[in-house]
Amino acid sequence: MSAGIDLENVSCDFGTFRAVDHANVSIKPGEFFSFLGPSGCGKTTILRMVSGFIEPTQGVIRIGGKDMRGQRPNQRPTALIFQNLALFPLMSIWENIAFGLEVRGVDKATRRAKAEELLRLVDLPGAADKMVSQLSGGQKQRVAIARALAVEPQVMLLDEPLSALDLKLRQHMRAELRAIQKRTGVTFIYITHDQGEALAMSDRVGVMSHGRIQQIADPRDIYNNPVNGFVASFVGENNVFEGDLGAVSDGMATLSTPHGQFRARINAGVSGKGVKLYVRPEHTIISAAAPPENGVHGTVHEVSFEGAFIAVHAVSDSGMKMVAELRNDGSQVVPAIGDQVWMGFDAQRAAILPDADTKR
Amino acid sequence: MHKLRQNLAHLYMAAFLIYLLIPLAVMAGAAFNDSRLPSIVPWKGTTGRWFVELAADERMWVAFRNTILVALAVAVLAVIVGTAAAILINSISGRMRSVIYGLMISTILIPGAVIGISTLLMWNKLGVPPGLHLSVLGQVSYIAAMVMLLVLARLQSFDAALEEAALDLGASHAQVMRRILLPHLYPAIGAGAAVAFFQSIENFNVTQFTRGGADTLTVYVFSKVRAGITPTINALAVIMIGITIVAAILYEVRRRRIERLMARGAEE
Amino acid sequence: MQDLIRRYGLGLTGLMCLIVAFWLLMLVIIPNITLFESSFRPYLPVTEIGGPRDTYSFDNYLKVFDGSIETTFLGIPITVPVHVMTFFLTIWYSVVVTVICFALAYPIAYYMAKIVNPRSLPTILLLLFVPLWVSEVLRAFAWWIILAFKGPLNSLLLFIGAIDKPVRWITDYDAVMIGLVYTYILFMLFPLYNAISSLDTNQIEAAEDLGAPWWKIHWRIVLPHAKPGVASGSVMVFMLSAGSLLVPSILGSTTSQWFTQTIQQWMNDALDWNTASAYAFLLLFLCTLFVSVVMWIFRVKLSDIAK
Repeated sequence: MSAGIDLENVSCDFGTFRAVDHANVSIKPGEFFSFLGPSGCGKTTILRMVSGFIEPTQGVIRIGGKDMRGQRPNQRPTALIFQNLALFPLMSIWENIAFGLEVRGVDKATRRAKAEELLRLVDLPGAADKMVSQLSGGQKQRVAIARALAVEPQVMLLDEPLSALDLKLRQHMRAELRAIQKRTGVTFIYITHDQGEALAMSDRVGVMSHGRIQQIADPRDIYNNPVNGFVASFVGENNVFEGDLGAVSDGMATLSTPHGQFRARINAGVSGKGVKLYVRPEHTIISAAAPPENGVHGTVHEVSFEGAFIAVHAVSDSGMKMVAELRNDGSQVVPAIGDQVWMGFDAQRAAILPDADTKR
Repeated sequence: MHKLRQNLAHLYMAAFLIYLLIPLAVMAGAAFNDSRLPSIVPWKGTTGRWFVELAADERMWVAFRNTILVALAVAVLAVIVGTAAAILINSISGRMRSVIYGLMISTILIPGAVIGISTLLMWNKLGVPPGLHLSVLGQVSYIAAMVMLLVLARLQSFDAALEEAALDLGASHAQVMRRILLPHLYPAIGAGAAVAFFQSIENFNVTQFTRGGADTLTVYVFSKVRAGITPTINALAVIMIGITIVAAILYEVRRRRIERLMARGAEE
Repeated sequence: MQDLIRRYGLGLTGLMCLIVAFWLLMLVIIPNITLFESSFRPYLPVTEIGGPRDTYSFDNYLKVFDGSIETTFLGIPITVPVHVMTFFLTIWYSVVVTVICFALAYPIAYYMAKIVNPRSLPTILLLLFVPLWVSEVLRAFAWWIILAFKGPLNSLLLFIGAIDKPVRWITDYDAVMIGLVYTYILFMLFPLYNAISSLDTNQIEAAEDLGAPWWKIHWRIVLPHAKPGVASGSVMVFMLSAGSLLVPSILGSTTSQWFTQTIQQWMNDALDWNTASAYAFLLLFLCTLFVSVVMWIFRVKLSDIAK
């Protein structure tokens, strides 16, 4: 059982501060959808509006096609997993999991059985009678998920639930969460500021900034075809050139910058002076000879080994810092510090993008 | 030099404890002295007759029963009022909060005589005669603030996300209160009830002005002390100190057991 | 308020507001307004209440100035109304009690917070709590026994030869002060202890390391940090002392009179509730004023006190 969620022109004001500004999104039943953005971008507000703790100032929220206006949190088919998990410290594990059933008047034997079943689902059999304080961080995580699943929600809302875990465990739990989502088929709405998390787990991602949804797309698209400068720089690294726009044709444009003239794809709505061109470090090519176009000459001043790739930091003759990432597979010659190199990029791999969408 | 100062400090602490406890010991000792005047000098032989006389004192038993009833009523009312006030104060803010909070706190500082007289006057105007019921109301007016402070301190460590989690799981507001918030507050509510109970037993000023003709133990002891006394009062003091010490030890034992449990829980 | 309704629903919020309103209105505000109102009305037989003679006036307050006694102030003989005298002596001796309590309790508070081995702290606290839980009337009574003319204190002092004839302890305000200090010193100790124990010990060690003498460490580091505790303890002890009725009644001598005793005489002996109201209001008002002025001088707020 899962339901889709529709936000239609949803805004939320706190006094004069607009936390969410005209959010429009349609999340499909059974989808794993992430809202990604820096803190204060409004993603948590969206989650709290869907769960019913905050009423939108304007707009409509539908869950399973049903308008949620006036429905209190305990009447909505959603279950929220809190950032700090909010497990009840005075109850045992199984009482925590069965709490939602207890308040619905389910008898004790059924509750216990359901709790045991869910503990097996989240891979924690035998923990039923422990207390919350006896569990590790990852185990608490699973209990929180089991507790939310116990009420058989149509939508699960997760508010940065992995942020308290250490790196290793976080990566493990990503896969786990994804697996649980697939197994149960419940719609997941996931809130995070960690782009790695969002890209790895989600079917689709909504990137947010300043209360506005900047882009909704699948993770690949978000990374490869960001719609604006904010999305490009929040999701991944870039070398950025600023300059004045020249001729535009067939979705390609030229940009005159102090570092040279470049050609790249251009998105709609960009014009005039002081516009920016973005190119990913892994799409930045290092060569000894000058490339046919989009080349910048400079000096390597640092080479750092990152494991899977090697980051080459160089400063162009015109004084701009650039990074290129080379795959660590021996296919490319790694320059040494002090080497004179050409850095360039394929015009199809670079994009001239507008700034973030912040209009009111 | 440092060592000397350290030793002086230990000595002063010991002297202070002796200063606090000696009067109680003297009073307790006098209960067993076979002398008509309550004193430990001269010692006229050990006797238990003051306890027998105390037990035979009808008025004492009435006062005792009254004291317990008043204290129970005060504890129940003060816990309800104090807990509600703490929850209320905890979730409002700004100027409103400081005004109401200040008003609540100031009740602790109002002299008992003022509370007693003002309570008597108002209820008298409303046609309620003096009596122990007014003593209860008068005592609640400031003891509730003490309970409020205890509960408020405990509320600061409460994670409001727990309430939201429960609501989100479908609990009603009443269920959130009963299953989530109140269990968290129970230690403070328990402590508040104990404080209220003992404060009520101790109370003299408010009771003195509101009690009408009824006696409580404090009033009874007071009238006995003024009317020239026999050591039956000391016998009563021995019993009360005894109860206090037993209660204190029970509390301490319980506290240490909880501490051990917590320590063990943290290790796992 | 919005937050409260969201968290606990309309019903529970309403109930809680109702309970708190009952407390503050019916048990605090309206009784005090009644007290204030009654204090301006004359004491009349029941039949005349509401009659033509039942008018507002300051008569009850002016009774404070009835009947004078001769006394000396700083060596200058002056004539003071009895009740004014009583009031000032009550305030004065309450201040003295507060100062003594502070002087005695400060080293103990510091000892408990910074010197004692933390393992023995629970035992010390337990020992301190025992007298706190023993009824005030019994504590005053204990000193009545000890200070009696033929009591144990005189016996002990005679025995060790410190005095050669018994001393009359229960005279003037002496025994009252001894009793008040004993009864209320813990109300000074605990706020002080709380305040000092929140001081980072590193600060004291840093000051020591920088070569500060011990008195300077207390004066510049510990005391400023403990100021809210000092204020809290002092206000408690002062208000409790000035408002005490038991201790002055039990340990008072023929020449001592506490303002609360005067109020009680109007109330229970003269049965003049209106004058008693006026005096009670005076006690409340002037004590509050005194405390506020002192707090203002030391720049402490009421909110610091209730910690």
